[in-house]
Amino acid sequence: MKINKLLIGLLTSVTLVVGGAQAADLSIVSGDTGTGLAFLRGQLDKFEADTGNKVTVVPMPSSTSDQFGQYKLWLAAGNTDIDVYQTDVIWAPQLADQFLDLSDAAKDVVGQHFPSIIESQTVNGKLVALPAFTDAPALYYRKDLLEKYNKPVPKTWQELTDTAKEIQDGERAAGNAEMWGFVFQGNAYEGLTCDALEWVKSFGGGQIVEADGSISINNPQAAKAIDLAASWIGSISPEGNLAYGEEESRGVWQLGNSVFHRNWPYAYSLGNGADSPIAGKFDVAPLPAGDGPDARSAATLGGWNIAVSKYSKAPDEAIKLALFLSSEAVQKERALNQSNLPTIEALYDDADIAKTQPIIPAWKTIFQNAVPRPSAPTKAKYNEVSSLFWSAVHSTLSGNGTAAENLEGLEADLTDLKGGDSW
Amino acid sequence: MGATFDLWKLTKWTLFYLLVAVIVVVSVFPFYYAILTSFKSGTDLFRINYWPDSFSLNNYYNVLNSGSFPRNLLNSVFVSAVTVLLALFLAVTASFALSRVRFRGRGLLLLTILGVSMFPQMAVLAGLFELIRFLGIYNTPWALIFSYTIFTLPFTVWVLTTFMRELPVEIEEAAIVDGATPWVIITRVFLPLMWPALVTTGLLAFIGAWNEFLFALTFTSNNDTRTVPVAIALLSGNTQYEIPWGNIMAASVIVTVPLVVLVLIFQRKIVSGLTAGGVKG
Amino acid sequence: MATDTLAPSAAVTAPKIKSELMQQRARAARIFLVPMLIALAVVAGWPLIRSIYFSFTDASLSNLDGAQWIGFGNYLRWTTLDSGAVRYRGLLADPAWWNAVWNTVRFAFISVSFEAVLGMIVALVLNAEFRGRGLVRAAILIPWAIPTIVSARMWSWMLNDQFGILNDLGMRLGLLSQKVAWTATADTAMTAVLVVDIWKTTPFMALLILAGLQMIPKDIYEAAEIDGVHPIKQFWKITLPLVRPALMVAIIFRLLDALRIFDLIYVLTPNSSATKTMSVMARENLFDFDKFSYGSAMSTMLFLIIALLTILYIWLGQVRFDGGDR
Repeated sequence: MKINKLLIGLLTSVTLVVGGAQAADLSIVSGDTGTGLAFLRGQLDKFEADTGNKVTVVPMPSSTSDQFGQYKLWLAAGNTDIDVYQTDVIWAPQLADQFLDLSDAAKDVVGQHFPSIIESQTVNGKLVALPAFTDAPALYYRKDLLEKYNKPVPKTWQELTDTAKEIQDGERAAGNAEMWGFVFQGNAYEGLTCDALEWVKSFGGGQIVEADGSISINNPQAAKAIDLAASWIGSISPEGNLAYGEEESRGVWQLGNSVFHRNWPYAYSLGNGADSPIAGKFDVAPLPAGDGPDARSAATLGGWNIAVSKYSKAPDEAIKLALFLSSEAVQKERALNQSNLPTIEALYDDADIAKTQPIIPAWKTIFQNAVPRPSAPTKAKYNEVSSLFWSAVHSTLSGNGTAAENLEGLEADLTDLKGGDSW
Repeated sequence: MGATFDLWKLTKWTLFYLLVAVIVVVSVFPFYYAILTSFKSGTDLFRINYWPDSFSLNNYYNVLNSGSFPRNLLNSVFVSAVTVLLALFLAVTASFALSRVRFRGRGLLLLTILGVSMFPQMAVLAGLFELIRFLGIYNTPWALIFSYTIFTLPFTVWVLTTFMRELPVEIEEAAIVDGATPWVIITRVFLPLMWPALVTTGLLAFIGAWNEFLFALTFTSNNDTRTVPVAIALLSGNTQYEIPWGNIMAASVIVTVPLVVLVLIFQRKIVSGLTAGGVKG
Repeated sequence: MATDTLAPSAAVTAPKIKSELMQQRARAARIFLVPMLIALAVVAGWPLIRSIYFSFTDASLSNLDGAQWIGFGNYLRWTTLDSGAVRYRGLLADPAWWNAVWNTVRFAFISVSFEAVLGMIVALVLNAEFRGRGLVRAAILIPWAIPTIVSARMWSWMLNDQFGILNDLGMRLGLLSQKVAWTATADTAMTAVLVVDIWKTTPFMALLILAGLQMIPKDIYEAAEIDGVHPIKQFWKITLPLVRPALMVAIIFRLLDALRIFDLIYVLTPNSSATKTMSVMARENLFDFDKFSYGSAMSTMLFLIIALLTILYIWLGQVRFDGGDR
């Protein structure tokens, strides 16, 4: 904590319009956890000192779907007790009506951020939220095992499948019966939508619903991608993978029982923790590409943003807080402290960040190629679209029908849900 | 003859204690495992063991020092206790009317009371939220006490009505002959006989309120007014997806122990009740 | 069926005194009932009416006040296609909903049956006199005392295929030949939910039955003992009939809870149609999807289905819940 404050003290003060306005009591609701919450508090202390406002943090459970339901209810009932919300990248279109337009307030700073991220938070010309940080997953692999079997880091999913199989069989023969090839997020939830979108996109199979609103998921490349993933279950991935979220898969990986692992950057520092059996034995790479004409490596875009409730009693001060939390200074702090990826392009060339968190500059290309989930074109119906998609994928992974069959059904369901020419 | 009798007795005794052992093991094993887990941390959490091989109170220290856990514990005690006392008070008198006095529409009334508990919690969430804001009790313990009534009151009314109905008519008649008013009948005659039912109902309702999560999360927006289940759900790892099993288990142990103590205190009341010779049925 | 009649009373004979007493009792009954009813109406009235009202509107959670009345559209509506065929839409024509209803009813039936039998056994054991009974009674209550939000996660941890203790235990004891991914497939996940639910709520059942057992006067058993009635016969002839009211009310409340099951399903099963229950679907539509009115319709249907099943149960089980003619 003390170090934190010291660091903050060393930073140049943020350019904020301080004068004039009265001090207000603000509340910010956040699903952030642990050190993230401590970091947020530290930044808020600074904001309080700068502006004279008082900010209370209202922590929420870390499950994003629980947060979403709760926020929706609070906003629907016009809750005036919460001024500022931390929002997931996919929420903007669904909650747009309840948040203030930040375009005017942020017109001087939007240029600093990656345009794709600003775009993801813009609904019908209204800037709903300001980005705080972004997120993109990685392929974690065991350096030691790849070396032992003399294999390169896989560039395609097929290569990953073969390498995983070979190493898994080799290790099991050598006596490690618990060894698996690849673990990922296979439970039927938003995480599977992220994973499966990466497979589909990497095979050139589109992104479920395209930016113009057309439903593209029922195509042979998408089916091929999901069929390949279905072949993993019981072969290179345990049956239980069908119930894994981020933490369960990390459990298998971190015990040293998997050759490959798909996860967000958070698993990097945990895997290198003092008590981790795999510390120093692994590295990260971009996710593999598929086969076919438009094949490429694809990573699903994650990330968090700051939005201001339109029911806030002190909207001007709340907007200042949102601007502050998305500012370059705070993002730099966040990158140094939390290894969160900044949304401000200039920070990827920052010498301090490159020195402390080498993973961040390396991630720039990955997340510039990141695929957004189709939350913008499907608007308020995104959650239902995502739920239909992950159900179809989960069925295929569980062996209930081929990908082609399930995707055909999914297309029909999505068409029904769309219900006309526009979402 | 005597030997076979003893054998039979021994078998019976053994089988009985075997049954007791099975019941206890099945009930307690997950809790035991939770205690084991609460002593672990880091990668150890993913390793299986049956006996404590590491012993660290770190998780307990973390929980009790994190945010406002002791405060949340007090909130839980206050909210649950007031909810239950209120429900029991309203229910004891009401159940006298519902069980001992005949009037038209009694069955329908009982069904209506039950009907209140038939809606899924999340369906009434929006309406309750509006009501609570209207009353101006949002973000106070009263919001929780208020909303918990929706499930504790039907439960206590029904259970107490059921039990009160089973009390023999003769006891009441004797009291009526002595000129006792209904209030006296309830407090002096029925209540002493109803201890097992009252304590059991109160205990079950208390646990119900103690463990409630959804209302507690929705109707408070401040760490100082939140209750224990919410506090546990908010215990977090260092990063977004990390689940702090050690801390969660430690917190669960901390909140379960008071309830076990509560049972131990009240359990003599659970078994008192009607004793031989007290009442002829 | 006279209004406000007093319970038949042999001891009081003089008509005048009787009618005075009757009035006094009726007055007392009213005074006793009113506070409870007011409390319930204040707490539950508005939310329930709101919820039912929304089910007849096109309400969206982002715009509750702008809700327009649309009648029964959320429940059933139809459009006639050009070809003359009629397409039905709405909750009553939604196969996913009826699938969830079936999942829920099947779950509730199985779990409550097991809980009733096991609860009875546990209650009988606890009712016996033996050393350490108090501790056992406290131990029994632990599953019910752990917050659901915790126990659901605790079990999902214990059921984990790789580092779950149950697979390890099963393998060591030779019950399992290989580690089973309990929560990964619909079949085993449903079994897991049943086991956890039975584990968690049997204490509730047992404690209520125990209270019923405790209220049975001991001298009845003493008399039966003297008459040489076999213990098993004693159970069927004395214990069961006398404890039945407590058992029935315990079953009713368990049924209500089981039919609304949410947390365990949410945490322990893959989110597939094979395991979705009514509450899970209602939540999805109320909060996750932008279909608040449809979710309200589901909640209202859920209420009606529970009411129907409860009445059916009371009728079939001949539960004299209103005290019959007493």
